[in-house]
Amino acid sequence: MSDLLVRLVDVARTFDVSPPLLNRVLERKPRVLLKAVDGVSLSIRRGETLGLVGESGCGKSTVARLIVGLYAPTRGRIEYDGVVLAGDGAALADDARLRRARRSMQMIFQDPYASLNPRWRVSDIVAEPLVVQDAALPRDEVDGRVETLLAQVGLAAADGSKYPHQFSGGQRQRISIARALATEPAFLVCDEPTSALDVSVQAQVLNLMRDLQRRLGLTYLFISHNLAVVHHIADRVGVMYLGRIVELAPTARLFGNPHHPYTRMLLDAVPDLRMTGSSRTAVAGEVPNPLDPPPGCAFHPRCPHADDRCRREAPSLRAVEGDGEVACHAVEQGRLPARVAPVRTV
Amino acid sequence: MPPEPLLAVDRLRVEFPTRRGTLVAVHDVSFEIARGEVLGVVGESGAGKSITGAAIIGLVDPPGRIAAGEIRLDGRRIDDLPPGQMRKVRGREIGAVFQDPLTSLNPLYTVGRQIVETIRTHLPLGEGEARARAIALLEEVGIPAAERRIDHYPHQFSGGMRQRVVIALALAAQPKLIIADEPTTALDVSIQAQIIQVLKGLCRDHHTAVMLVTHDMGVIAETADRVAVMYAGRIVEVGPVADVIHRPRHPYTVGLMGSIPSIGATVERLAQIDGTMPRLDAVPDGCAFHPRCPRAIGRCRTGRPELVALGSTSAACWLADAADGAAP
Repeated sequence: MSDLLVRLVDVARTFDVSPPLLNRVLERKPRVLLKAVDGVSLSIRRGETLGLVGESGCGKSTVARLIVGLYAPTRGRIEYDGVVLAGDGAALADDARLRRARRSMQMIFQDPYASLNPRWRVSDIVAEPLVVQDAALPRDEVDGRVETLLAQVGLAAADGSKYPHQFSGGQRQRISIARALATEPAFLVCDEPTSALDVSVQAQVLNLMRDLQRRLGLTYLFISHNLAVVHHIADRVGVMYLGRIVELAPTARLFGNPHHPYTRMLLDAVPDLRMTGSSRTAVAGEVPNPLDPPPGCAFHPRCPHADDRCRREAPSLRAVEGDGEVACHAVEQGRLPARVAPVRTV
Repeated sequence: MPPEPLLAVDRLRVEFPTRRGTLVAVHDVSFEIARGEVLGVVGESGAGKSITGAAIIGLVDPPGRIAAGEIRLDGRRIDDLPPGQMRKVRGREIGAVFQDPLTSLNPLYTVGRQIVETIRTHLPLGEGEARARAIALLEEVGIPAAERRIDHYPHQFSGGMRQRVVIALALAAQPKLIIADEPTTALDVSIQAQIIQVLKGLCRDHHTAVMLVTHDMGVIAETADRVAVMYAGRIVEVGPVADVIHRPRHPYTVGLMGSIPSIGATVERLAQIDGTMPRLDAVPDGCAFHPRCPRAIGRCRTGRPELVALGSTSAACWLADAADGAAP
């Protein structure tokens, strides 16, 4: 059994956002392609949590959806547990290995108000994956499993007969987690699972996810725009910018000694409780329009270290001294000054 | 005699009558904001922080109403003003910045027209002067090429730029107070930092006071002078920002601080407050926090504690003295 559970090789996904055919013909408007994910390679080891951070529109949710098969990649290869899910040599749809792989990965979505059917009882919501898998499963066995699953996420068996609207946001997210665990998956893709929750409830859900990981040996892909949350939960972190991974490193290294100028900028932008009254150096500029990304390194218009090469040529991810990978010409050439870490008293 | 505060809210109570009885969203809330001061108001959803802000600018949605209490701006009572007069206060004396810049701007008018309209409603300026002032304002909030951008429509701006326009609009008539309700929540982190800096800098320059309503403790930490923590419609703790963050007195504040993940610290588990905030129709007797409080005693179930001064901060907790320094 290999140590790697998930592997993405040069995965890209393009969306066609062209105007309707009639407008293209009559008004001679061109086709417009949006590169949501543009050549992402990463791997996730068994039992670890890989965090994926970035600002809205950077493609992190698209990566999640590509892995679980909600989108098909335009290019590249996705492997899960030795089975090729997409790309060259992909397993056929009726291949038992593919079905087993799909069953072993589940997804938790951001909005627990939109991801639970309001007309279904909680027990039916949690039981659905079981019934879909095996329609012949006896009802009392299903009921028993649902009860165990609810207990696992800290809900009472009696909660099964209620409807989603009777629960708060945090409890709904527990229901989502129970449903995701129904098929006994090994891998959970969590797309902003706590972003819609209040902080005290977020802490409950994060603690629960960590407990479940310890107990069930789960592997997580954890997507969030909140750097502090990712710092707390992830073992390794990937930073995305405009469809590409710009830096990927173990959590302590990424937060302690960020290399990529974008990572540094993001970290400087996080308001921190322990920095009362301090002012941060806000970074100029905004994320460019993904329909018309800048040539070369997509970050160069906002980067204080950009030179001619950055404007021409897109850097690729390379291993760096210490640990991790960085896609930056300045880092590679040693042009980047050592970072003066902001003083944080803990 | 201490100088008169700019804003004084005294025992404010906001009610929402419903078919199943009256819900009290804001309960006996009293606080003051000094001239040029930034007061942060934090709390989780449903704590009553936004309604408190809405009550001050006279924008509580019916059937909600201010049932008791007083709001004074510069010594003048404003909570009982007729709608026509309140409209003059709003914009002229109190500006507002809301969470979603797209819904605060009219999509059918250029941003310039909206700012000029606001300026001319409140200040005795001609069209040309107002336009010049609008351009100056847009420059001040950091919009590049303001003379050109003034004739653009809201959809032509990015989210961060739009929020800058909203801030320019709030400052247009030189108000003394700005109510900013989750001004950065809809924005990405890197843009958040820019907006906070703009808001902070401008209010300092113009000596404008700010009531900053947010659930983001980090934003409060670096922006506010004082902070009020709300829970189930009441203020449970209020004090200088550094004291409340580093030495919280109320067990809810202690739990809230512990539950926020921080990049500065690595912990195996976050402190968690079990349960959720009570619904408005089922607020428990005694201290509203007692069912979730790890330190609750018999008295907490029956009697409701009042805000009591403890040095620089005030907390509403029977155990406030004992909770001193209990921060994790």
